[in-house]
Amino acid sequence: MEKTIIDRPATRNSCVLCAPLGASIVFQGIEGCLPLLHGSQGCATYIRRYLISHFREPVDIASSNFSEESAIFGGKENLKKALSNLITQYQPRLIGVASTCLSETIGDDVRAILKEYRKENQGSPLPEMVNVSTPSYHGSHWDGFWKTVLAVVTQLSSQEEPVRQRLNVFPGLVSTADLRHLREIFTDFGISFSILPDYADSLDSDAWDNYHSLHEGGTPLSEIRAMGRAEFSLDLGQALTAEDSASGYLAKNSGVTRLSCGWPVGINESDAFFRLLSRISSQPVPEKYRQERSRLLDAYYDGHKYMFGKRAVVYGSPEMVAAIVSMLKEIGVIPVFCSTADTDFAGIEERVIELRPDFLIGSSKGYQISRKTGIPLLRAGFPIHDRFGGQRELLLGYRGTQRFFDHLVNVVIAGVQDSSPGGYAYV
Amino acid sequence: MSNPLKINPQELKEEIVKDYSAKVARKRSKQIVLSQAKEKGEVPEIMANVRTIPGIITQRGCTYAGCKGVVLGPTRDILNITHGPVGCGYYSWLTRRNQTLPDSDDDANFMTYCFTTDMQENEIVFGGEKKLKKAVQEAYDLFKPKAIGIFSTCPVGLIGDDVHAVAKEMKEKLGINVFGFSCEGYKGVSQSAGHHIANNQLFKHVIGLDDRVSPAKYKINLLGEYNIGGDAFEIEELLKECGIELISTFSGNSTYGRFANSHTADLNTVMCYRSINYVADMMHKKYGIPWIKVNFTGAAATAKSLQKIAAYFGDQKLIARVDRVVKEKLKAVEQAQAEIKARCQGKTAMLFVGGSRAHHYQELFREIGMKVVAAGYEFAHRDDYEGRRVLPSIKVDADSRNIEELHVEKDPDKFKPRVTEAGQKQLAEQGLNFAEYDGLIPEMEAGTLIIDDITHHETEKMIEAYKPDVFCAGIKEKYIIQKMGIPCKQLHSYDYGGPYAGFQGAVNFYREIDRMVNTRIWKFIKSPWQLSPQLIGKLGDS
Repeated sequence: MEKTIIDRPATRNSCVLCAPLGASIVFQGIEGCLPLLHGSQGCATYIRRYLISHFREPVDIASSNFSEESAIFGGKENLKKALSNLITQYQPRLIGVASTCLSETIGDDVRAILKEYRKENQGSPLPEMVNVSTPSYHGSHWDGFWKTVLAVVTQLSSQEEPVRQRLNVFPGLVSTADLRHLREIFTDFGISFSILPDYADSLDSDAWDNYHSLHEGGTPLSEIRAMGRAEFSLDLGQALTAEDSASGYLAKNSGVTRLSCGWPVGINESDAFFRLLSRISSQPVPEKYRQERSRLLDAYYDGHKYMFGKRAVVYGSPEMVAAIVSMLKEIGVIPVFCSTADTDFAGIEERVIELRPDFLIGSSKGYQISRKTGIPLLRAGFPIHDRFGGQRELLLGYRGTQRFFDHLVNVVIAGVQDSSPGGYAYV
Repeated sequence: MSNPLKINPQELKEEIVKDYSAKVARKRSKQIVLSQAKEKGEVPEIMANVRTIPGIITQRGCTYAGCKGVVLGPTRDILNITHGPVGCGYYSWLTRRNQTLPDSDDDANFMTYCFTTDMQENEIVFGGEKKLKKAVQEAYDLFKPKAIGIFSTCPVGLIGDDVHAVAKEMKEKLGINVFGFSCEGYKGVSQSAGHHIANNQLFKHVIGLDDRVSPAKYKINLLGEYNIGGDAFEIEELLKECGIELISTFSGNSTYGRFANSHTADLNTVMCYRSINYVADMMHKKYGIPWIKVNFTGAAATAKSLQKIAAYFGDQKLIARVDRVVKEKLKAVEQAQAEIKARCQGKTAMLFVGGSRAHHYQELFREIGMKVVAAGYEFAHRDDYEGRRVLPSIKVDADSRNIEELHVEKDPDKFKPRVTEAGQKQLAEQGLNFAEYDGLIPEMEAGTLIIDDITHHETEKMIEAYKPDVFCAGIKEKYIIQKMGIPCKQLHSYDYGGPYAGFQGAVNFYREIDRMVNTRIWKFIKSPWQLSPQLIGKLGDS
């Protein structure tokens, strides 16, 4: 494996989306929260469009709808109008305001505008309001995601709150099935917990009996407020420094112990994760997970012959790439090239053509490379908009690894089968 | 099945706007109108193409989306560079499902690429022109395209980058055509402003560059057809069968070269009036090419459009050939209509989409006996609703004024009137009028509601009241509507289906709607224990 930094003025087929998209996902994962992008309406529309193509769910994001006038004279009045209209129409419990390149370039001070708005509307019931600075010329959608988690915790958590949970969990941009699985695991260990954000219900909801204009589910505000009173914070993925993370903030300001581990994918990382939970809860790992571990190992034995020595290219978020690479090494697959955000798909394509891996692992955006080179793509991460159910692909835990491993082995088997001269039914 | 007749639309309108603040209610009331009886010949006035109210969740997109995404996006061999931070380029990367088919594998196709200058903080502070120039150079070195388009996003205008100066400089340096678009997202009130900007720049920089005249007898352009789901392929094939030469489409399955040659056509036919009428008007003024409104959505409308084109050329041989093609094609269509109408008759639909589709698709619903109870556009102007007769009375507000209006004059060498005044009169007697469009409202039955730039709240209320059998909108609305238990057909991206244009396209659409309104899945929403709770616990009780 090697790291390549490509210096090109033009980005061809970017691997990252913009920061306000990450902010919007976090806000979607909080109870009663409406995201509001302070900028041109196109940002809200494009981001809604993109998130919906992955989640296949209603995604409401409001905008302060800048016109040329507001671009010149400032967007204060538009933002205040937007807040008032959202409050009247939706009665949200929280409005999450994320800035965009437009409002950042003209230098709108969102925090000051919110303060002014609160003052002007003293006496009327107002929802909570949180703001985060997410200009798209600064960082990726993952940065926007983490910045928003930090902003929410910084602005809402308080030492005055009663204790609600022992453990705060910051899992990052995982799938809705992963979120549900995490909840199940913490519950099985008997740990009281709060996951931020938790969009398992809001972005992968059931069929509704009655329509409701605000999403249901999401991390309860009361739990976010009480995050400073928890014993531990757990970061999944180890890409963040203490300074950039909510867990770091809580450790510094409220003395909450900061823990972190990689995404639990594969035996090693999952073992570390389960051992950590066992330590926190003083409980043994429940039998159910022991069995899942054992079943995964059994699958590794059975599938090993297909996988050993195969070569992979993996791209996606730093957390996901690190986790998948760790799992691939367990099964004898060689990750020949990995990319998080420091190259674009044009760069990845050059490496794929040069290295000829056996498969690619990453989002739908690698499809063109796969088509061009004939190398199969196993979809993982965000966005997955050319396959059904991408939002609920389980990857975490022994169980998630099992599913992922099965898929991966089948990609290889299908390749052998399709290219076999006789067309084997048994491969 | 719902019975819309029980609803009093006027009362419903009042009910809908009463949830707004007084100011918002006043504005929205002007954007919701009730259609009147056609016989009266009166078309109510609607407020359209005005700013969206902040905080009202809208269907609309931005100027950049209309320019780069809609109009220029479907052209395969102009290399488009988005000048701005990374998001805008990414979001407009092949998301509209416009298809293209290069003549050979060696022909350029940049549509699967997404080029952006990926502006960083440094460029916001110190200017991005340098990086843009380098990006243009890099794109040229890599692909040697015939033309490069540069698209501005919000920060570009604010920091004062001059994309046009960069384009000019690089054009001279590289010897290829390079042109810029000042399509910053905040300009105008919707993507419509972007269409206009795209039209202007195509007209200024591309149309009219190649004067070679094809020897074909009947030469037309197709304007405002973007080849979503392969619609343009369907129309291209039909025109070929009729012996009509398509010089250029704006812009589905199009190329730079065809745009450049498009002024040699003898007729412009306009599909999506909203997004491309500017080019039609300007080509008329500069080159003398008249334009007619056509509609290839719906079998009857397709037949009529082909016949209109034949009537324009007036050649009996062509007229007979078109009639023959139409007659042949209609056989299969009528068979499908009869079969599907039996299952869809009387069902209801709502259409809230685009700047033309909410009008065009009514044809298809009518053909299978379905009724459109409400419709509206996302980014239309008053003329799209009320017809071009209201053009002189449309007030130009500040938002429209800041979009450049090109001053166009007859080209001293290339202007060539295609029809004499006498000929025009004669054609008018046959019902063929140039530069005419009556708009959506006259199509709507009395008592139906027309809503401009429908909001989230209004969508909910309309569905609650009418419970239509199908709702047509886009992906942003799709899952909201489906959560309400109503199937939603996407008319922007076609739900990964299509083509729906022409005769075969019409049949495809009938079948799609039949599947959607007659599927059983919506009946499962209530589980048996919700429907008859008294049964719980009865089994094995005795």
